[in-house]
Amino acid sequence: MTGAVATLQALLAEGVDTIFGYPGGAIIPIYDALYDFKEQLNHVLVRHEQGGIHAAQGYARSSGKVGVVFATSGPGATNLVTGLADALIDSTPLVCITGQVFAHLLGTDAFQETDIINITTPITKWNYQVTNAEEIPEALAKAFYIARSGRPGPVLIDITKNAQQQKHDFAPYVPCTHIRSYRPVPIVRPEYIREAAAIINQAKRPFVLWGQGVILGKAEQEFKAFIEKSGIPAAWTILGAGALPTDHPLNVGMLGMHGNYGPNVLTNECDVLIAIGMRFDDRVTGRLDKYAKQAKVIHLDIDPTEIDKNVATTVPVWGDCKETLPLLTALVDAKLHPEWHERFRVHMEQEVDAVIREELFPTSEEMTMGEVIQQLNELTEGEAVIVTDVGQHQMVACRYAKLNKTRSNITSGGLGTMGFALPAAIGAKFGTPHRPVVAIIGDGGVQMTIQELGTIMQTGVDVKIIILNNRFLGMVRQWQELFNDRRYSFVDIASPDYVTVASGYGISGKRVEARAELKQSLQQMLEHPGSFLLEVMVSKENNIFPMVPQGCSVAEIRLR
Amino acid sequence: MSQQASIDRQEYNITAYTENQVGLLNRIAIIFSRRKINIESLNVSPSEIEGIHRFNIVINETEEVVGKLARQIEKQIEVLKVYYNTNADVIWQEMALYKVPTDVIAEKAIVERLLRENGARAVVIRKDYTVFETTGHREETDNLIRVLQPYGLIEFVRSARIAIIKASDGFNSKLREFERREPSTEPAENEYLNSRDKVFTM
Repeated sequence: MTGAVATLQALLAEGVDTIFGYPGGAIIPIYDALYDFKEQLNHVLVRHEQGGIHAAQGYARSSGKVGVVFATSGPGATNLVTGLADALIDSTPLVCITGQVFAHLLGTDAFQETDIINITTPITKWNYQVTNAEEIPEALAKAFYIARSGRPGPVLIDITKNAQQQKHDFAPYVPCTHIRSYRPVPIVRPEYIREAAAIINQAKRPFVLWGQGVILGKAEQEFKAFIEKSGIPAAWTILGAGALPTDHPLNVGMLGMHGNYGPNVLTNECDVLIAIGMRFDDRVTGRLDKYAKQAKVIHLDIDPTEIDKNVATTVPVWGDCKETLPLLTALVDAKLHPEWHERFRVHMEQEVDAVIREELFPTSEEMTMGEVIQQLNELTEGEAVIVTDVGQHQMVACRYAKLNKTRSNITSGGLGTMGFALPAAIGAKFGTPHRPVVAIIGDGGVQMTIQELGTIMQTGVDVKIIILNNRFLGMVRQWQELFNDRRYSFVDIASPDYVTVASGYGISGKRVEARAELKQSLQQMLEHPGSFLLEVMVSKENNIFPMVPQGCSVAEIRLR
Repeated sequence: MSQQASIDRQEYNITAYTENQVGLLNRIAIIFSRRKINIESLNVSPSEIEGIHRFNIVINETEEVVGKLARQIEKQIEVLKVYYNTNADVIWQEMALYKVPTDVIAEKAIVERLLRENGARAVVIRKDYTVFETTGHREETDNLIRVLQPYGLIEFVRSARIAIIKASDGFNSKLREFERREPSTEPAENEYLNSRDKVFTM
């Protein structure tokens, strides 16, 4: 058996059903082998490797499985870099397989050779170069184990062409379950659980911040049980959205720079802050030296490097929150904290008056991004997977989208990668074919990976695309307005006729310029069999508020 | 605050036990370079356990930063365990080699005496030059450079620092604990465990 066939056998043994990729000279042997595996392995031919890796991210995030990417050496491999960085910071499990030049050519600046191992070292959880076919099963077994275990992340395996071609008598594939030097899940220390529970039981104003760790740990039920028993108000980071349904009474909203007013202000008033599977990103904390200084901090995380990294903890609870949360729930007292909840409600009313009502139900003539999301909520009833790009529309969508189910919010959080949404939505649909997938993209981001309309055309995948067109790079423009004296430097971006572009790819589309057509057009989009592109012309200079200006405390959040 | 940080900075000895894997040095080095931290000294060598390497890294930093760096290093897949210690917590040595013209050594008795006073030992004696070695702390090995300079020091080289942690709870017991909790499925990896009594025979 050749190394190429062994590679595909390993993927099958790991339960892979879908691969996103783009062939090239150095990975031809694997593609040649794939020709015979068409029935078992669905390969999605993307239009650019960046699209391939973002699609794999969307697939992984929507399905909870490992996303798999194929790319050739050199430019193919380097085009994966943005996606790898994105996946690492957002803890997305990926296995990327890149072709590499023949082993005897390594280091000679051969055609399409790049040192992809060294290029990707800081942006992978692990990477490895295979130069001999014999190494393939073990390398891939390790790759999958590392990608999906503990705090998940991207892994890159670079396979030289000779190793793909080389024949070898491979032993039956053995999945990896242990690596001597790798402890994916820290051992839970019961004394810390007891200490944390004691602090929570004494708290007058406890506050929970949750992140994607709840989703990655598949601990949504355990999380719900914990907050429902303890009665603690809980707010989410952008990647944590959806772990608890939007309408849950204990869900008090979004944290951070464009989060809700109450959760931000009250972070600096709570007496106990319980962070669950989140990493105190600077977009969440604002100025650290003024962040929750009054509170005792309990931090639950699977990754020990996150404990005390940005915010010093009173009690660290290392471990998988699926394991630690039930232990904690058993020890906390059942409470309701009505007065404390009232504080959040009052702040929410202020925010509704100052921002939300006008954003979702505008009295102005121009359409807002918020009302598009609001209408979408009514039509999808929170059942759709929402994939967002990066910018103002992302903040609006994440703030206002109704999410009933977990794994419904797919966005580029940590890296803020424009161009993420279109390919990620394609991947998300392959990951969860039974759920509607709606991509919400700005006019800037969509032009970064618009070529992936070709992938939709060829595969016939059903993705609903909403372009919220404000004819600006809106978020940068907002910053320039607020902090650079309205010096709108190169944010005025022109767009093609998206409906015509889509039709060139055989995708139906429609442009909406008037509010009267909005709901019916969204309905038409959702009911359309197959993909549909809806361009909505929204207000040109709308700003996203509330906002914690950079360098300010979360309590200094501005409603206007 | 930055002034306070510079006061709190001191030399820390980071000891990392790792698999012997291509590319790991780069992975570890990146953890320092991305934070723009200079490595003062770096030594990598096999440890007393077969297949496990030991990094000794010296940096000048605050304890807070060193603690975070140590966790970041330990987070790497192929790293088993990381410790960090101040100079007071370790026994450390550096080795230095000095090349001086043999005729000067032969002619001037004072040079010989200086070498002896500094605990230097001849490693190679050739007609044209002699190489001496000495080990010790930085100031000790530095001292001999200054002394030999007037006598025609031709070449000097110093090794990276190696350090042994004073605390008696070593890494071996930790690794045994790891293996007890989550035994390795690869028997080859356990080989040293079967001969662990021999490993520490003194």
